[in-house]
Amino acid sequence: MMKHTVKLAATGEEFFCREDQNLLQGMQSFQMGLPMLKLIPVGCRGGGCGICRIKITTGIYEAKKMSRKHIPEEDQARGIVLACRVYPRSDLLIEVLSLSH
Amino acid sequence: MRKGVMRPGHVQIRVLDMDEAVVHYRDRLGLIEVNRDSLGRVYLKGWTEIDAFSVVLREADEPGMDFMGFKVLSPDVLACLYQELVDYGCQVETIPAGELDGCGERVRFDSPTGHYFEIYAEKEQTGKWGVEEKNPDAWPEDLKGMRATRFDHCLLYGDDVDGTVDLLETVLGFQLAEQVVDKETGQRAAAFLSISTKAHDVAFVRHPEKGKFHHASFYLNSWEDVLRAADLISMHDIPLDMGPTRHGLTHGQTIYFFDPSGNRSEVFSGGDYTYPDHPVVTWDADMLGKAIFYHARELNDTFLAVVT
Repeated sequence: MMKHTVKLAATGEEFFCREDQNLLQGMQSFQMGLPMLKLIPVGCRGGGCGICRIKITTGIYEAKKMSRKHIPEEDQARGIVLACRVYPRSDLLIEVLSLSH
Repeated sequence: MRKGVMRPGHVQIRVLDMDEAVVHYRDRLGLIEVNRDSLGRVYLKGWTEIDAFSVVLREADEPGMDFMGFKVLSPDVLACLYQELVDYGCQVETIPAGELDGCGERVRFDSPTGHYFEIYAEKEQTGKWGVEEKNPDAWPEDLKGMRATRFDHCLLYGDDVDGTVDLLETVLGFQLAEQVVDKETGQRAAAFLSISTKAHDVAFVRHPEKGKFHHASFYLNSWEDVLRAADLISMHDIPLDMGPTRHGLTHGQTIYFFDPSGNRSEVFSGGDYTYPDHPVVTWDADMLGKAIFYHARELNDTFLAVVT
């Protein structure tokens, strides 16, 4: 399974994420000698609550259906997504955003 | 004072993907799938419920709760409460019989916290699932997952909790069973309302945004069953929120987890009871951690923030 690097633009912190993992699962995967990363806030993990809203500035990914309340179509077209619904297909550069409302 | 409202009857929950949702509610919670209607909605019930259904799933672009319904004693009570809701100032709408398969006319009204509630007098009764009506055995053998026995209550988030409490107490005869109050300001942070002898049939937590859904809750028979539910949550890699633990409020034994659209589910057992002459049980707001999660005694990051 292909593994990609997800990097936060603001701090340069990064983690690995497999293609069959959403970004939160990748972030929360065990890494030897490191505490579990808390780079992106974790909420419902089902595309519903909007807590893990991010902007993907570079990279290719697939996204499952997510709440239109938090991610209107025009936002999604600009790379704004919920991290729990995104599966990487290349290395990604991301920004963590606040809750939409 | 009771006003002829008997009990919770149904909840309609919005889901992003119906197939994934049905796996959660039918195969994991163990509700019985009883019907699918012409709009594509899926109807389910807990096996002990005598009504035709109690949970309705509707596929939508945004998860959350469409409405929660309560059953009243008779069509006369329904007509009377309709007028009282109008007089109180609610926006009231009559939903014709049959809009939900097997359900009679429903009276839907809004509330100060932005939630929609319904009352109705008639719904088809199909009896407990899997056991005979006469000489019933203790339980059916072919239940799935957590074997949830019934839809029990909802916890809802919204701004004007005092307003909704007043509406439900004054017009519908709910009883405030438990509350969380800020000692300094006197502001009520949470309210647990009963229309029966249960510790809660619907509950509210103060939250800046109107109309939010925290969880729908389903009753299990024992703490052992709550632990078994926790095992199933791990076996199927279901996103866990908190538990298994005990609540301080109501003292129920509980576990919180999420459906595949991010709506929170609870299964719980035990809990306190309330009679009409019982005083309100009050928790201080500075004890909220213990009031919610009695063992950890602190809130997790998601309890106040994660709603749909």
